[in-house]
Amino acid sequence: MTKAHLIEMVAEKVPNLNRREAEKVVNCFFDSIRDALRNGEKTEIRGFGSFRLRIRRNKNGRNPKTGETVSVPEKRMPFFKAGKEIKELLNNKTAE
Amino acid sequence: MRKADIANQVCEKVGVSKTEAMELVEYVLDCMRGVLQNGEPVKIAGFGNFLVRNKGQRKGRNPRTGEEIAITPRRVVTFRASQIFKKYVNS
Repeated sequence: MTKAHLIEMVAEKVPNLNRREAEKVVNCFFDSIRDALRNGEKTEIRGFGSFRLRIRRNKNGRNPKTGETVSVPEKRMPFFKAGKEIKELLNNKTAE
Repeated sequence: MRKADIANQVCEKVGVSKTEAMELVEYVLDCMRGVLQNGEPVKIAGFGNFLVRNKGQRKGRNPRTGEEIAITPRRVVTFRASQIFKKYVNS
C-alpha cells in the first residue's frame, strides 16, 4: 500500500470528505509524527507502536577509496518500535 | 505525543471536529494494520516503509537462568525511514 492508496481508503470511508481533504488528513498524520521527532519528542500510538529518535554517536570512519580516516558526525535516526497489539495481530493469523 | 495530539493537528489543519479527527486517525491506523496483517508493505513517500518480515525459528536463552529455549517463527514489522525523514530530523 502506498500513501495514494491510503488516501483513497480514507476518502471512501468518510463520505463527507473529498479526496483533497483526505489527502490533508493523511499528510497531517505523518507530518505531525515527523515534526515531533524533529523537535526531539517521541510519539506513542496505542495499538500501533512508537516512534522515537536514536542517536548515532560520532565515530571515525574511513573513506573506502583512499583509506583516509574521516570523522562521521553524530546523527539522529528515526526509529519505530511495533506495539504489542500489532505483534499479536500479525502472529495470531499465522497460527490459524 | 499521543494519538489525541495527532487528532488535534488534523482537527486544526483539515477543519474537522475533534471527534471526527479522532475517528480519522483511528481509521488511518486501521488501514495500516490491516495491510500489515496481510503481510503487505505500507510505503509512505517522504516518511518511510513499514515492512513485514518472516523470522524463522532460532535459539535463544532465558537471560535469568541461562537455559536454552527455542524462539518460535514469527512475523515482525520493521520500519525504514526515508532519506527525507532522516535528513529532516537532523536539519
